[in-house]
Amino acid sequence: MELTTVWFVLIAVLWTGYFVLEGFDFGVGVLMPLIARDEAERRAVVRTIGPVWDGNEVWLLVAGGATFAAFPEWYATLFSGFYVPLFLILLALIVRGVALEYRGKSDSVKGWDRAFFWGSLGPAFLWGVAFANIVRGVPLDSRHEYAGSLFDLLNPYALLGGAATLTLFTLHGAVFLALRTEGVLREAAARVARQAGLLALGTGGAFLLLTQLDSGKPVTWGTAAVAAAGIAGALAATARGRDGWAFTANAVAIAAVTATLFGNLWPNVMPALDPANSLTVANASSTPYTLTVMTWVAVIFTPVVLGYQAWTYWVFRKRLTAG
Amino acid sequence: MDVLDLSRWQFGITTVYHFLFVPLTIGLSFVVAGLQTAWHRTDDPGYLRLTRFWGRLFLINFAMGVVTGIVQEFQFGMNWSAYSRFVGDVFGAPLAMEGLIAFFMESTFLGLWIFGWDRLPRRLHLATIWLAATGTAISAYFILAANSWMQHPVGYRLDPVSGRAELTDIWAVLTNSTTLVTFPHVIFGAFVTAGAFVAGISVWRLARGKDVPLFRVSARVAMAISLVAAAGVAFTGHWQAQIMTEQQPMKMAAAEALWEDETSAGFSLFAVGDVERGRNRVNVQIPNGLSLLATDTLDGEVEGINDIQARYQALYGPGDYRPVVGLAYWSFRLMIGFGALAGLLALAGLWLTRRGRLPASPWFTRVAVLGIGLPFLANSLGWIFTEMGRQPWTVFGVMRTAAAVSPGADVPEVALTLVGFTLVYAVLAVVEVRLLLKFVRAGLDSEAGPAEPVPALSY
Repeated sequence: MELTTVWFVLIAVLWTGYFVLEGFDFGVGVLMPLIARDEAERRAVVRTIGPVWDGNEVWLLVAGGATFAAFPEWYATLFSGFYVPLFLILLALIVRGVALEYRGKSDSVKGWDRAFFWGSLGPAFLWGVAFANIVRGVPLDSRHEYAGSLFDLLNPYALLGGAATLTLFTLHGAVFLALRTEGVLREAAARVARQAGLLALGTGGAFLLLTQLDSGKPVTWGTAAVAAAGIAGALAATARGRDGWAFTANAVAIAAVTATLFGNLWPNVMPALDPANSLTVANASSTPYTLTVMTWVAVIFTPVVLGYQAWTYWVFRKRLTAG
Repeated sequence: MDVLDLSRWQFGITTVYHFLFVPLTIGLSFVVAGLQTAWHRTDDPGYLRLTRFWGRLFLINFAMGVVTGIVQEFQFGMNWSAYSRFVGDVFGAPLAMEGLIAFFMESTFLGLWIFGWDRLPRRLHLATIWLAATGTAISAYFILAANSWMQHPVGYRLDPVSGRAELTDIWAVLTNSTTLVTFPHVIFGAFVTAGAFVAGISVWRLARGKDVPLFRVSARVAMAISLVAAAGVAFTGHWQAQIMTEQQPMKMAAAEALWEDETSAGFSLFAVGDVERGRNRVNVQIPNGLSLLATDTLDGEVEGINDIQARYQALYGPGDYRPVVGLAYWSFRLMIGFGALAGLLALAGLWLTRRGRLPASPWFTRVAVLGIGLPFLANSLGWIFTEMGRQPWTVFGVMRTAAAVSPGADVPEVALTLVGFTLVYAVLAVVEVRLLLKFVRAGLDSEAGPAEPVPALSY
């Protein structure tokens, strides 16, 4: 395989890891005011992600760093072009991270809980907006600089993409909470999972269908179908109280959605409205030398990271109860 | 102000702010790891109480370091897209390695440490804090390798067709002489910072009279750390200055307000310069001091601003290659001054607490508490000097800062993010300080905080 393809796949994998892992983090944040009625329950909800959320967020940092190293043109165009949405995401991640760390240490948690909610909802929605725009194509000039305005990014299709990721991550948070808690909390999470699942099936389905009709390839019809089946599977498993399977099925769904988006993208990394200005894996990439160096680093360290992160989930596998 | 000015202010503010937390995080993580090791070895519950007390303060600080670090990674793309396109092939590699090798390690093992007190075997739990601490140091190494490449680009070539910098030798980048002296300088600085922090708070607690034996231990250990680390900062700083004289003579000349090439150059203590005319009105010097520092000989030649300016014009074409001389001069001096004061304060503290004594006078308590700020000032001024002294270059000799800014960015956008980050950072600074004060006041046995098992939850 060409190294540029390897790195395209690796970056897709990093985003998949990010969405699968921080996806449930975000969902937990969105659901906390819905599910937890008192402080003891809120603490239990936060504690389900306490040991792991920071490690989950690093997937984003590594995806960003890997894009910088492997596709500098993509990194430059994406983050300067999507300037304001990215700024909002960064602000959200800042207040959310501080909220998660400080809520247990502060005398008053109300403000932190609000920050946790909005800091989770904002990125969960905005990442969908960003990726919908990437897949659909944006105005780029001949230097690959973004030539549109902020409002070009807020088109109906992109907003649907945002709704799709928001509902999908909310469902993910619900099935995660059902898996990680007991008693009242688990019942509430399972109840919300059913509603969120139907919403996710609707918005996510509509978004993927539009995406497929616009830029679908034979193989991504397959991944899109897997995504739909995953959400349906999560719903079915939740109904039977099989929380582990529900979470697995929804993780597969999120991975399949990401695969669909990246699959439709390739060999572009950022299609332009004028195809002559499109960024592709070829014209956005680093030199073969840099890609070789980075491949070695990835080959050596990725298994190590996966190993200790998996171990963390194993250490904190027991269910939590409130009170 | 145009996009360039605003972007520079934004980068400066977010970076200096981020670096308020980083050195304390690095230094304190090792202090906490050391205390927990002492507990593990001796089984003395006092060390456990100290571990938890300093561990809480460490976590409060760590959180801010992490969230402000996220901004750093994306700013290159947001505000400096031309830079990112130009150097991504080289600069992206250490950045990506930092993420994959260091960030995962820090965050994952810190999560295990915070929540693993009652879930992991004692030895394994001790290992998690050491791994997290090691992660912070590795992280510093990679980011300094990236920064050093901007100070002294190595291991690359300029592609004649695309005009981009391309990596040719990753080992050259990772073993850049600039990195090899900067890394220990920054790490020693981190230990001075943590030392002053722990010492200042311990002395304050001593004045309150509770848990005196324990806080006396942490005060003395911290002062010893600060003192040794301050010596390390001085030595590595000296090597750094020599390398800088060689690699970035303009920065050294500006740091010394040295206008003409000179042999037997003096070390300036106080100068009032006239930048327009390229000379000093007042200059109090230690004779031969600069030559000695920069070249290890009394009569070594050190290049001056005016002469370098002329040489650079011949080499790089017309333009002003001088950084803001007053800023370079004073930030360099104040960095050294505040750093030296931090070392002296640690020495005084060790003297006052020798042979079981306690610092008797209230003024020493006040000085020790104020002394917490000294390394922070020194660190910030050090970065301001390093980065401003490199101007007008963003990559020394290769790319100017003016050419690095995002061509598509407009003033309202950059102004929005500049104001947004600054306001949020200001609010969070207040929150953080209040939280630190709360736990410092609470003393050793506060029950709050995640380092304690949470009684409300049962597994």
